[in-house]
Amino acid sequence: MIGRRRVLTLALGAAAAAGLAPLPARATPEEVQALIRGLVGEGTLRRGRVKLDLPLLVENGNAVAMTVAVDAPVRGPDRVESVHVFAEANPLPNVVRFEFGPAAGKAEVSTRIRLATSQTVIAVARTADGQLWSDEVELLVTLAACLE
Amino acid sequence: MARALFNVPKRVRRGELFEVKVLIQHPMESGQRRDDRGAIVPRDIIHSLSCTYNGDLVLRASLFPAISANPFLSFHVLAEKSGTIEFAWQDDQGGSHSESLPITVE
Repeated sequence: MIGRRRVLTLALGAAAAAGLAPLPARATPEEVQALIRGLVGEGTLRRGRVKLDLPLLVENGNAVAMTVAVDAPVRGPDRVESVHVFAEANPLPNVVRFEFGPAAGKAEVSTRIRLATSQTVIAVARTADGQLWSDEVELLVTLAACLE
Repeated sequence: MARALFNVPKRVRRGELFEVKVLIQHPMESGQRRDDRGAIVPRDIIHSLSCTYNGDLVLRASLFPAISANPFLSFHVLAEKSGTIEFAWQDDQGGSHSESLPITVE
């Protein structure tokens, strides 16, 4: 029979162990810049054309509505090829990558993402003629994701 | 296992964009959480999703653990003629799922 004292000891032990468990490491802005460099290569990254729509104040980091839109066609020589989204301070910086095809209506996608902490989210778009465009949003997260 | 909801119009006008929405039931376990004993809960996510219309690519998405549980995507399609919209997605377990829906273009 498990006595009450033993149950309390076990509970405290578990709590202590949980409290001492290390927090997930975070990505750094430098890591994200390296990832972006890998994507961009020798090209020039310019601000513009991509619009990253995210709330500036996030109540709950578990499901943050995000829309990425690129002001470029989805067909033709200057079409959008891909859009990458990065979160600088999530444990893993990659968020999502989209590629558009000829049947796409427009270069815009909405989804929901997780954000671990207040940080900067970056979107990078590449077009078929080699142009690279980016946008950034700096936001505050009240309740972090990934920590339940 | 994964149940999916698709919001796709049945009829659309030729040459007009229409919006589709996908919601797939999936925990999207990030691989960052710990269980009661302190062990990491392994990553288990849907990592790829693609949408084609009559075989032409609409969207291909590579999803990472930062996509919320029960992944939701909404995007636009341009249809010139009636046909089938097909969604396909793959997860970390090696599972491959797909769904097709008819669309009438008038």
